[in-house]
Parts: sequence; C-alpha cells; structure tokens
Amino acid sequence: MNECVWFKNTKMMSHYFEHDADVGIIGRGSTVEQAFESAAEAVFAIVTNLEAVQPDISVAFEFAEEDLEFALVTWLNLLLGKARELGMVFCRFRIHRQGNLWQAEALGGKWHADLEHGIEVKGATLTMLSVKQIGTIWEARCIVDV
Amino acid sequence: MDLQQLHQIQPYLWTFPLKSGESRKEVLLYGGRALLESMDDKVLEQITHVASLPGLVGAAMTMPDAHWGYGFPIGGVAAFDAEQGGVISAGGVGFDISCGIRCLRSNLNLQDVKPHLSTLAERLFRVIPAGVGEEGFLKLDTKQLDQVLLGGARWAVQQGYGSEADLEFIEELGCMAGAVPANVSELAKKRQRGEMGTLGSGNHYLEVQVVDRIFDTVTAQAFGLQEGQIIISIHCGSRGLGHQIGTEYLVSMAKAAARCGIHLPDRELACAPIKSPEGQQYIGAMNAGINCALANRQILTHLTRETFMEVFPNSELETLFDVSHNTCKLEKHDVEGKSRVLHVHRKGATRAFGAGHASLPERYRAVGQPVIVGGSMGTGSYILAGNRDNPAFASASHGAGRALSRHQALARWHGKQVIGELAQQGILIRSRSMRGVAEEAPGAYKDIDLVAETTEQARLARRVAFLKPLACIKG
Repeated sequence: MNECVWFKNTKMMSHYFEHDADVGIIGRGSTVEQAFESAAEAVFAIVTNLEAVQPDISVAFEFAEEDLEFALVTWLNLLLGKARELGMVFCRFRIHRQGNLWQAEALGGKWHADLEHGIEVKGATLTMLSVKQIGTIWEARCIVDV
Repeated sequence: MDLQQLHQIQPYLWTFPLKSGESRKEVLLYGGRALLESMDDKVLEQITHVASLPGLVGAAMTMPDAHWGYGFPIGGVAAFDAEQGGVISAGGVGFDISCGIRCLRSNLNLQDVKPHLSTLAERLFRVIPAGVGEEGFLKLDTKQLDQVLLGGARWAVQQGYGSEADLEFIEELGCMAGAVPANVSELAKKRQRGEMGTLGSGNHYLEVQVVDRIFDTVTAQAFGLQEGQIIISIHCGSRGLGHQIGTEYLVSMAKAAARCGIHLPDRELACAPIKSPEGQQYIGAMNAGINCALANRQILTHLTRETFMEVFPNSELETLFDVSHNTCKLEKHDVEGKSRVLHVHRKGATRAFGAGHASLPERYRAVGQPVIVGGSMGTGSYILAGNRDNPAFASASHGAGRALSRHQALARWHGKQVIGELAQQGILIRSRSMRGVAEEAPGAYKDIDLVAETTEQARLARRVAFLKPLACIKG
C-alpha cells in the first residue's frame, strides 16, 4: 500500500494512503489525542486548503466511547456533521480523553465561495481502521468516503 | 486480480472455490477476463467476507464494474433472508443511501441544443448547487424534513417541484414505504437543512447528453429514445442526511454484531440481524434516507426544467426513469423454484427488473426496466434494459468503475488540462473544483463500453442506447 503526502497541511503534514474510490487518511502524534487531531486535519485538507481558513469560530462538543478505533470514527464523523450543520470548515483541532469521555474543540470559519473547492468528505468508515502505537508514535488511520 | 484462483463456470461468470475448512456461501463474479484482471484483489477479499455473513441466500456477487469499496465491494450484491437469521448491513448499502441516477428525455435534438450549449451549461452551473459547501434554495426545519423523509419525491411534487407524471417513473413510485424519521438523528437532519436540491461532489454530476447509438430499437421506442435526442442525467443521492445515517449506524451495528455473536472479518461489514431492534431501526432510517434522495433528485429535476425553459422555451423534459444503486430493498425472488422474500443489498449495483415485473410502469412492462449505467464525463453512459432471466437477484452494473485511485488521477492530470482537452472534443465541463475534475478524469475510469457489453453478455441487462456527453456540471 502506497503512502503519500497528498495535500500539504499547516503544521503536521497529514498523510494519506491509496484506495480505489475513496481516500485513506493517516494522523500521527506523540499521543493518541495528537494522532486524532492530525487525522482530522487530514480529513479537512481534502475539503479545502486549510491555510486559507481563519480559526475564528470555536465549536466544542464531547462524546463517550471506550473503543479507541470507534472513537476515531466518531470524532471524525462528528466533526464532519458539525461542519455541515454550521456551514463551516474546520482547520484546527483539539481533543482530550478522560477515561471513556472525549472532550473536543474545533476551530474554523464559515464556508465561503473564495475558499478552494476540494472534495466533500461524506464520512469516516471502519475500513482499514486502526489506532495503534508504533514505538513512540501513535498512528490513527481509516478510509474516508468521498 | 489473479484469475488463477478463480474457476470460470460460464464465459462471463466466475466463482471463487471454497478452501478446505472454509465456511461460507458461494462467491460469484460477473465479468470477462479483462475486467476481472484489472480489479483490485480487495474486491475478491471483500465479496468473500460478504459470503460469510449469516442468512445469505444463494451467492455473494460482484457486477462487471466492481471495485474496492469499504466492507462490501462497490458493485456488490447480496440477498438475505430474515427468517434464516439474515442480516442488514449499513456497509452493504453505503454512505450515500439511495445514490442513483434520474434520467430525463427531452423533446430537443442535437441541432436544437448545440448552438446554445455554452449558454445552457453556464445557466445550469449557476442554478444547480454543486460541490463542497454549496447549499440549496430550500431551508427546511426538522418538521418539514420529517415530511420529506416520509414522502420522498411525492413530497417534492406536492410542493410544486415536478408533476404526478414523474412519480410513475421513479422506483417505489417516488415514495419508499417503511421510513421512520424518528430513527434519523437530529444531527443528520441538521446536516440536511440546506442540502435539499444539491448535487454534492465526488462522482456526482448533472450531464446533458445526446443519444449517439441505439442498440435495441424496440426497447428504445418503449423508452422514448431516438438517435440525436437530448437526454439529461442527474447523479446524486441523499446528501448529508444519508451520510450521517450511514456513519452513525455503522458504529452501532458493529457493536450489535459483536453482541449477537456475528463474526465480522472486516468491521466495515457492520450488520445486525434483520429482526433485531438495531436492524429494524436501521431499516427505518435507511428508508427515510431513500426518500431524501428521491426528493433531492426530484427538486434537481425541477431546477433543470426551469433552466431549460429559459434557454429553450418549448422544451419538455419527461422523467425516463429514476433508479438508485445504493440500497437494500425487500423483494420477492424465485430461488431454486421457490418464491422468497429477501432483503437485497445493492451497493453500487442497479436494480434491473425484467419484462413483466409488476412494479414496472405500464409503458415499460413489455420490455423491462431502464437500467442507467453512468460513465465518465468524457466517454459516455448507457441505458440498458432489465432481463427477465437476470441471474443476480435482478441486478446489473451501475457505472464504469474506477480504474485508478483518486491519488493516481491527481498525480496524472490537472483539472484545467482535463477541461481543456474535453472542450476540444466538444464536451463542456463546469466545476468549482479543479481537484475534483482531475480526480474524475475520464482516464481514471474503466472502459464503459466494455462494462456495458459485458453486462449484456452476462445476461444481467441488455444495451438499449449509448449516450454521449455534451455538457457536465460536476460537483
């Protein structure tokens, strides 16, 4: 499976992997939370160029999930749902885990016509879903449906 | 795909033999050598996983345009019997519930449209909300959305978006029974508030096409098709609402499967017994998603008609047919001489009822259902007709199927380059996403001619007409 840097992101340089019809995303960080944040950045970088998005509006939410992999999918899908509900695109992400409770914050701006039109992401799937620690690095990956 | 691991049982039908100790139902792959060789190995892996799900009837099958999906392969067909512990799978329906194609036939011909094609493309591009972030003219509250989810295209017609005549030519007469809006989350409904009457992005499109070739004159006549005629195809689905239903039920079904002792070789096969509370809840939500998609395509049909009327005041656009290719539907099928009621999953596969089927409109009952197979924006699309002896639970191909991944396409083409090359061929592309155009470049798709021909050779459906693209509004 080829891994590639597909779209350049602001700080973390999110990564992608090949899938025929959809897109595989990878988030990495020194904690599981950072890996989730990086994965979220990879998702929204498919939608538009995140460097052009101002992090003016903060949206906070929380969810409960004990399974790390389901938590990744839930996190990404809640972000996609909130973004669409509010007509926004998110560019910065924070998530904190306390037991089974995940407290999240996403920052971004309202969608506007001047933003680069990428591809709409429908949702994060359970395909090739994994959240694991490799040495000192946490890696979170899955296929997103576009 | 390595064909040496398969056994060819007919010229266009292959099976994957059981290994010793393996416990699963039969796997059948429809297609010729070239199409199967070009398929990713993951297609075989995924359909083999499907064949291990409980309550599967007959075989798990792939259509000639199959490609690697998530859980189920795209182009996958599987029927389950609720009375035998059969399951319903959110992954077997897909995120874009009831994604499909509405095909409109016009009273215009190529000579009428060609001089005004650029104007028409510009106006359609302005009127049809397409691509990421675009919203529709309708803003619905939760109560109104619940009416959409119950009424489908019938709701849209009642609001003045189209006519009663459209409904006869939509699957389920435009309104899927068994929808339960209460099973759809508030977030899903909020996502959909501004998305009714929008195309979406990815491989969705509105295309102005011309009938370039007729294969079956009698059926073409029944479908109201003739060479040179202008056709409009609208490919889209249930938008944010469907996506949200898919994502939410995927996780809840994965947990339900574990609770019910169903072994999932791939978690994306997330499923629940049809008779379980989780299964029934998903079916109610999915049926609501189907109605959302049917209403969406009905509103887009209305917008298309209005736009055509601006450019061609005497134009008439009749619904030829509206068929979904991401669904699970309760249908009667003859299995080994017995009539059985089955839940037929078609993920990236088109229903293809043959002549005489009771659900077909009177106009098509003698020839079979229109089967719309959408190709890339540079090559063309096909209208086929369902066969009475279809061996795959009345299913057929749905599109060209990808030959290259999105990343491979991006590495090979630029959006502006694709648009320029197609313009030289007389095909106008309008899109806000150059990335999207590059990913959807015609070269990224399989040979649609081969898919349609193979679909016919495999007796899944027969070719009626080939449609050549003239202008495409891409999401």
